[in-house]
Amino acid sequence: MEHYLTTPIPQEDLKKVKIGDIVYLSGTVVTARDEAHLKALEMYEKGEEPPVNFKGIGLFHCGPVMQKDENDKWTVVAAGPTTSARMEIFQDEFIKAFHPGMIIGKGGMGARTTKACQEETCIYGYFTGGAALLAADRIKEVKDVFWLEELGMPECLWVYEVEKFGPLTVTIDTYGGNLTEESKKNIEAKKVEILKEL
Amino acid sequence: MKDIAQVIEDTATRLLKIAATELPSEVREALLKGERETEGALGKSQLHAINENVNIAETQIKPMCQDTGIVAFFIKVGDKFPLKSEIKTALIKATKRATAAVPLRPNAVDMFKGNTKNNVGLRGYVPWFYFDLVEGDRCEIIAMPKGGGSSNVGKMKMIPPGKGIKGVKEFVVEALAAAGPLACPPYTVGVGVGGGEDMCMNLAKKALLRPLYKYHEDPSIAQIEKELLEILNKLEIGAMGLGEGPSVLDVHMEFAARHPASLPVGVVISCWALRHAGATIDKEGNVEWHPH
Repeated sequence: MEHYLTTPIPQEDLKKVKIGDIVYLSGTVVTARDEAHLKALEMYEKGEEPPVNFKGIGLFHCGPVMQKDENDKWTVVAAGPTTSARMEIFQDEFIKAFHPGMIIGKGGMGARTTKACQEETCIYGYFTGGAALLAADRIKEVKDVFWLEELGMPECLWVYEVEKFGPLTVTIDTYGGNLTEESKKNIEAKKVEILKEL
Repeated sequence: MKDIAQVIEDTATRLLKIAATELPSEVREALLKGERETEGALGKSQLHAINENVNIAETQIKPMCQDTGIVAFFIKVGDKFPLKSEIKTALIKATKRATAAVPLRPNAVDMFKGNTKNNVGLRGYVPWFYFDLVEGDRCEIIAMPKGGGSSNVGKMKMIPPGKGIKGVKEFVVEALAAAGPLACPPYTVGVGVGGGEDMCMNLAKKALLRPLYKYHEDPSIAQIEKELLEILNKLEIGAMGLGEGPSVLDVHMEFAARHPASLPVGVVISCWALRHAGATIDKEGNVEWHPH
């Protein structure tokens, strides 16, 4: 099933989405990798506000290639997803602290994130790994950038306005479902069969 | 007389651009075939997105993936080619130039001083050079950028020699099952057997340069390559790990002699974006671009 969602994504819309569904997201998407997660969570612990309100928006695991155009305005060259598994160690805390609507990345996430998505009403979608130009094509505007000097181009927060960003295959829904884990279990089972037959 | 060092720099800059923006034709065809033959909607949509992305890269001449990788060069220098160590200097210059011009994402990070911003390491190791000496008066250069996500699933194991080829196969299956959905499948797999703990990984990486579906000239090795291709697809990893479509496009192996007490096996995995491009320069500075 396909869903066209707009940020801030209402909780009732998120609850309509199930694993295996495809989402096209419009509105605000912010990039954040390891360093940005750490920094935002440090600020949260100190009671400080990060420069972006993450509530209901898309949080994109992505370290883009950006370039300034002739008018000194940032443009996206390539912006595909990075491996989300690295963020598993703090994604649940991030979801509880900032309540993004949809996490976007690649490779899937684990049990901690799945639990946080169920408890806090959030979903996780897979953008086709490496499809950086397709992603760039759906980014309509670079609205802002934060922490660029401190964290560098791939790690900082890029704030994008996107239109029908996708296809995003939902692998974690608000009901505790995790398609990647199902796929991994299947791969493990096949491995055992193959090794027996060798 | 052409400035040969300049020719090398210009050629390598262009090779890095070709590698980042255009897939080798047989990889492209394999991905298109994958899309056509995949029945499940999830797998088909992933492969469609990949192919659409590859098209945009080619028409807009932009990197097909934001991770433009760590750069390696495979160089074969002829005895009578006029330059030797200056080749290295020219390739380092080319890497810096391509980083700004293509552009490539700055991916060389020094553990103490941070990102060098030009894809050249501060300690002389990045880009990485595989030099080989050959007869003749030409110099062959192949540029191979490789992304971090797929490098993270590379594996090496010293297998008890008593396990033999079966042990090698088992390890390759385990390595691919562990990679699962993590590194942007469908994968191409390079396997290096023998040599030593370092050489097996080098051979595995080198094996990825052989065109898809061109099997080893030794029929007994070719047979294992084909068998592994079939077996690995039974893991049902699927496009982007969603269980539908091809898991592995091809498997290539290289074998070296091993120490009697050791059976080293290296597995190097490429994501769908198996990127490389090559050219050969003669002693006059004429460039012959390899079919791409």
